[in-house]
Amino acid sequence: MQTAATNVSPDSLPAASTRPPVRFHSILFDDSVTGMGDAVAMPEFFRDLNLDQVVDAITAGRDEYNLKPFFYRALSNRALIEYRQAVMRDLDNEALFQSVKSFSARMRTMRTHLTAAKERYYQYEREAWFLEAVMVYGEAVESLLADWEQHPPQSRGLREFRAYLAAQADSPGFREPVEQARRVRAQLASIRYGLLLRGDSVTVTHYDDRPDYSAVVEETFAKFKQGAPTDYRTKFPAYSSLDHIGAQILDRVALLHPDVFRALDEFCANHQDFLDPTIAAFDREIQFYVAWREYAARFSHAGLPFCYPRVSDTSKEERCRDSFDLALAGKLIREGAAVVGNDFALTGPERIAVVTGPNQGGKTTFARMVGQLHFLANLGLPVPGTEAQLFLCDRILTHFEREENLDHHRGKLEDDLLRVREMLAEATPNSLLIINEIFSSTTLRDAVLLSRKIVERIAALDTLCVCVTFLDELAALNEKTVSFVAGVVPDQPTLRTYKIERRPADGLAYAHALAEKHRLTYTQLKERLGT
Amino acid sequence: MNVHLLYPDRDFDRLPAALSLTPHRGWDNRAPLWSQEDAVRQDLELDTLFHAMACGDRFLYYAAQEAILSGLQNDAATIQYRQAVLQDCLRQPAIVKSMYDIAVEVIENKNRQWWGVTGRSPGSLLYSSVQLLTLFTDALGKLRRIADEHATAFASEGFTTLLAMLRAELSDDYLATIQTRLKELKFSHGVFMSASLGPGNQSADFVLRQPAGRKPWLARVFGRRSPAYSFRLDPRDEAGARALGELRDRGINLVANAAAQSADHILSFFVMLRAELAFYLGCVNLRRELERRAVPVCFPVPAPPGACRHSCVGLRDVCLALSMDQPVVGNDLAADGKKLVVITGANKGGKSTFLRAVGLAQLMMQAGMFVAAESFTADLCRSLFTHYKREEDTTMKSGKFDEELKRMSDIVEALTPDALLLFNESFAATNEREGSEIARQIVRALLETRVKIFFVTHQYSFAHGLNGDKTDRILFLRAERQPDGTRTYKLLPGEPLETSFGADLYEKIFGHNAVPMSRPTAHE
Repeated sequence: MQTAATNVSPDSLPAASTRPPVRFHSILFDDSVTGMGDAVAMPEFFRDLNLDQVVDAITAGRDEYNLKPFFYRALSNRALIEYRQAVMRDLDNEALFQSVKSFSARMRTMRTHLTAAKERYYQYEREAWFLEAVMVYGEAVESLLADWEQHPPQSRGLREFRAYLAAQADSPGFREPVEQARRVRAQLASIRYGLLLRGDSVTVTHYDDRPDYSAVVEETFAKFKQGAPTDYRTKFPAYSSLDHIGAQILDRVALLHPDVFRALDEFCANHQDFLDPTIAAFDREIQFYVAWREYAARFSHAGLPFCYPRVSDTSKEERCRDSFDLALAGKLIREGAAVVGNDFALTGPERIAVVTGPNQGGKTTFARMVGQLHFLANLGLPVPGTEAQLFLCDRILTHFEREENLDHHRGKLEDDLLRVREMLAEATPNSLLIINEIFSSTTLRDAVLLSRKIVERIAALDTLCVCVTFLDELAALNEKTVSFVAGVVPDQPTLRTYKIERRPADGLAYAHALAEKHRLTYTQLKERLGT
Repeated sequence: MNVHLLYPDRDFDRLPAALSLTPHRGWDNRAPLWSQEDAVRQDLELDTLFHAMACGDRFLYYAAQEAILSGLQNDAATIQYRQAVLQDCLRQPAIVKSMYDIAVEVIENKNRQWWGVTGRSPGSLLYSSVQLLTLFTDALGKLRRIADEHATAFASEGFTTLLAMLRAELSDDYLATIQTRLKELKFSHGVFMSASLGPGNQSADFVLRQPAGRKPWLARVFGRRSPAYSFRLDPRDEAGARALGELRDRGINLVANAAAQSADHILSFFVMLRAELAFYLGCVNLRRELERRAVPVCFPVPAPPGACRHSCVGLRDVCLALSMDQPVVGNDLAADGKKLVVITGANKGGKSTFLRAVGLAQLMMQAGMFVAAESFTADLCRSLFTHYKREEDTTMKSGKFDEELKRMSDIVEALTPDALLLFNESFAATNEREGSEIARQIVRALLETRVKIFFVTHQYSFAHGLNGDKTDRILFLRAERQPDGTRTYKLLPGEPLETSFGADLYEKIFGHNAVPMSRPTAHE
């Protein structure tokens, strides 16, 4: 995804020609990974798990960083996951997080100034913006180091970057442009001049101290002052760029102060390559964490928990508490509605979670949640919930019901089966399968038969799987299946709890509750019939 | 500079400035001062009083309305302060009127060149402001001369302070300084400002500097040695002319703001002068009307809240007096130490008139006005409520009784300590037994708080039932009826009588001669 829109965007800076004494690889990958900038396409399961919405929300407003490829690339490596988790834990420290935020804000300002320094028409204006860019860059680096003096990062990634940054800040390649920029800037700032506007003539001159005339007028009428006065000031927009009148004035100011403007010219000529590419790359990559943390904050504010998952590449036992579907929870929070957390667990030989229960009861949401948990854990991110132990799967494969595809001239059942076959062909014992309402278009008898076959295959493969179905029969198929049921409020069966509970499938209990509501149970019928 | 004729230490802020500027546009969205204000206004017929004070001037009407309705919050000191100012006004109506006229003239002149507040460039804002300030300075001079000539004609603290302030603050020197500023603000020698370099080396931080006067600019401002670089705009360069105009506007932005705000401030002085004098001119109008009708007036003596004082001689209902061509009867009251005054007696015997007179006198006293009586004293109340039967006929409809109770509940909701409550035939919209019992329970409960109640009722069982309570806190008044059946409209102390006099009234109206008479409207 390397785009060449503008060469001040942080992900496309030219490589450093000379290596600084201390090296830094990347805040996203340790130095075991190479070629990390490669374009990566959105994984297929993203849409089924609503992760496309989640990643859109995470990266919203951060287009300039081109962050999405970072979210498309699963790590599948415990060391890398721990590298990132450590960085993220550092950023859980609010002070540290704010230091990074300030750094990014300054870097963004710097890029804006550099754009102005290229695009503006008058030389002294362009030079002023370039000078400003160098100033802000200097502040960005120095403030970050100063902040980290107060709040030193603990993670390997940030510690190594800190060392790199400190070495940079001491190097002449950094010091020279920054210090010179400050000197010239101070000289420019100290310039005062007088402007006399009379008819169509403008005179620029040195300025002698005369009273502020607005204050004189105000003072004259001060005795009448009362209450909060109306503000009659015209709100002039900040000058966007110099017009030719402003430019003529500026040229005459330069005539009054030739030394200062000569120093400005020289500064700009000498320091075009002030920006260090490794620092610029850090500024982009750290946004992966910043974006996540700000996205997660909206859930935390609503009282929803996150935790760092324990990931195992050996044990397939899983256990999550109070987790939730990020896409749905985000929507519910916006609507001010409550979010229901759910637990998930697989123990011993259990591999396949079979989810049954009433429609609209939260089954699909539950399945998506499990998929999202694995995906996030695999990126080295925290996951929704108070506790999470997860298997480090090598891939996530999904099978969700599709609209019928007429182009393929084959029936829906056939299409379903073909897709399942493809999925199973791709699956390894270390994969995660999310299957939603398989074979719902066929007869019950066929559906039971086919589903049983599929689940048996999955069980044989020993792959982790979440299977949402209306078929209670699948829930207790063998020792690898475990049953989860979407709950209803006992007295009012039309109300869903959105709680998915680990218990035997009990379609009957639901039917019983409905019957009671309509006073059609045996006892009720006896009473109503008066017998 | 403050007017402070209604309060020794603050402005009369009840009238929106927009109303003082353009009274003919009326006053929309006025918020009542307390939740029951509309009821009080209706029940005491306050509009009659306000109209009498206004004499056809809409602004005087609003001023009277606000001063009287907001009076319940005044303390005794404010009331005495106003009484003194009002006495000055009654002695010197012509001088007061001339001051009022100056304020009105300024405001009307200003309206003629009213500017839209928004969307004006600093240049055009400055031009208008200088025009206005010139107008205002002229009027201030006139006020100063009145203060010079008539300083000794006023005795009240309010007026002496105001006149002394006008003389001290508006000295000849000061008025001359203003003239100098107004001349400078025309910038006939150009606009000179200081600036520095802001972001992008744009000129920024413009500060307008004092104009130099007559001497040639360059020599005076820059001195001989300073280099100065000039350029002249090409006459065909329209974009340049716009840019230059904007630069000038940026330079004079603050001074235009200062001038416009100063104009506002001086205007608000005239606005306040108008509003405060308007109330007193209304009082002058009212006194003239009452004098013409030979209604006695006196300055009442306020007693502290909760003092349980209420006594008067010759108390009249101002509104009745203003609408009658013949003299109205005054009533005496000696209710010191009483918390409840129950008024019973003959229909059309002056009960409602008396109740209204009590309410009006209370409001007028608290606004600092005179009252229509030979003497009057009462404790100050902090809120005033009226609970009147809304229609003449008493039906048994529960909806109506329900409505009465709801109004009562609203009153209880809004009740404050030291309230004055005026009940007129309340809780009669049901049968007497129920109505009496409810009324008794309500009144009993109220009496255990800091309120004073006047209750007009024809419900004997209610009035009589109260007789068993602590009677030393209750005063019973009865509308008098002479043995021949004619009414004197006098209320005299007396226990409630079991019979009412409706039969009399019926007799009088429908009489022996079968000719129906029109209903008299004078006393109810």
